[in-house]
Amino acid sequence: MFTFRDVLRPSYDVVIIGAGGHGLAAAYYLARDHGITNVAVLEKGYIGGGNTGRNTTIIRSNYLTPEGVKFYDESVRLWQDLGEDFDLNLFYSTRGHYTLAHTDAAMRTMRWRAEVNKHFGVRSEAVDAAFVARGIPSIDMSCGGHAPILGALFHEPGAIARHDAVAWGYGRGADRRGVEIHQQTEVTGIRVTGGKVVGVDTNRGHIAAPKVLCAVAGYTPRLLDMVGLKTPIYIHPLQAMVSEPVKPWLDPIIVSGSLHVYVSQTARGELVMGASLDPYELHQSRSTLDFVEGLSAHMLDMFPFLSEVKVNRQWAGLSDMTPDFAPIMGVTPVEGFYLDAGWGTWGFKATPVCGKTMSQTVATGRNHPLIEGFTMDRFARYQLTGEKGAASVGH
Amino acid sequence: MEFAYGGEVRVSPDPDTCSDAQWSAYVFNRSGSPGLKYEWWCHTASGYWFIALRDTANDVVLRTLPAAAAREGLPPVTGSGAAMGSAAAEGATLGGVP
Repeated sequence: MFTFRDVLRPSYDVVIIGAGGHGLAAAYYLARDHGITNVAVLEKGYIGGGNTGRNTTIIRSNYLTPEGVKFYDESVRLWQDLGEDFDLNLFYSTRGHYTLAHTDAAMRTMRWRAEVNKHFGVRSEAVDAAFVARGIPSIDMSCGGHAPILGALFHEPGAIARHDAVAWGYGRGADRRGVEIHQQTEVTGIRVTGGKVVGVDTNRGHIAAPKVLCAVAGYTPRLLDMVGLKTPIYIHPLQAMVSEPVKPWLDPIIVSGSLHVYVSQTARGELVMGASLDPYELHQSRSTLDFVEGLSAHMLDMFPFLSEVKVNRQWAGLSDMTPDFAPIMGVTPVEGFYLDAGWGTWGFKATPVCGKTMSQTVATGRNHPLIEGFTMDRFARYQLTGEKGAASVGH
Repeated sequence: MEFAYGGEVRVSPDPDTCSDAQWSAYVFNRSGSPGLKYEWWCHTASGYWFIALRDTANDVVLRTLPAAAAREGLPPVTGSGAAMGSAAAEGATLGGVP
């Protein structure tokens, strides 16, 4: 699927650090839309082995801030013909997405999000309990008697996709256009001279490059240390788990902020489930029994008939969190060093639009208009882009 | 959770004399890379807040100090948990306790 690259050349026009969905998408659009193909994508592990392959694959645009809604809406638009673009089946499946509200306060947030969404042409509606009961006939509307469902935010375009294929599709598309993808190639240093990026050091030698894009999720702070930049990014693990395959019974995607659950059923019948962040900083992708117990208990509140279903696997990824739950993207104070980070627990859905906007930002040296609310300098201006209310689960 | 995490121990600049940039850096920026960090932890059953020196790369606690140590000045942190060898091996895990 990819050209094997055994020679690292001494220089490239652009070096992209991280061959996850975001890095490969940027490489793909740099080559396809901007004709920049003298590009190396460096990956210390393997393609899509980080958070691209660890998320719960949910795609939605029902955010809270105008900046967020516009950005994610463009992403959902890009998702639609991506499979055709790649000539690869992404198993993109539009399911409808319910964010359940168990309290009056949650209903108020759902109405708020619905109004912002509709203002920007995104199909979201605040719906009542009867609508939820019709849409999810198998759910216990009382949630075990202690968290009755009052209503929901229903987001019709909500979808899931096969996450590995997204990385492979972007990677193959970039590869075919001449971009070099170097796996098992770890960046050990970034050289900056006179405030400008001049190249990167790797475990396979030095590469000169006037432009470097950093798209490494949970490893972002370590890369930023190499160029001497400070950001609010902090790292917590995020765990997820998947059940054994069962008959198809759950069509929509269900999220409950109060019960800390998001769940969907894949095309092969597995339930993919996630919850909130682990509660303290850790740079390890270890799994805990606490997590499985807590999440299973909340799953059973909603769907008690699952009590005999087995959990097949659990795993974790390192989330690069920000204080306002919005990403940190674009140009940085180091000339030629571009950042696509702060993707915390919400990055998969944004893969196409990140590739699109970051490729333009790298090609022109100026932030794409869609990412202006996400720039690094917003913190010094105290102009945060408060997206916490649109996070899947309470944090 | 027997223990609750309260974030890294950070020293505030003097708000009357520091620049706007220093203040926003203090408010928002974090030391995101893994390493030995002094952190606030609370023993939830007793409500006792204390400081733990923890290696965030491998979740090993190397020592604990009373909260007053934040005012009196914390001993400097050098090296990594791995480099401290036997000290790390003797450490216990706070976060791993359910």
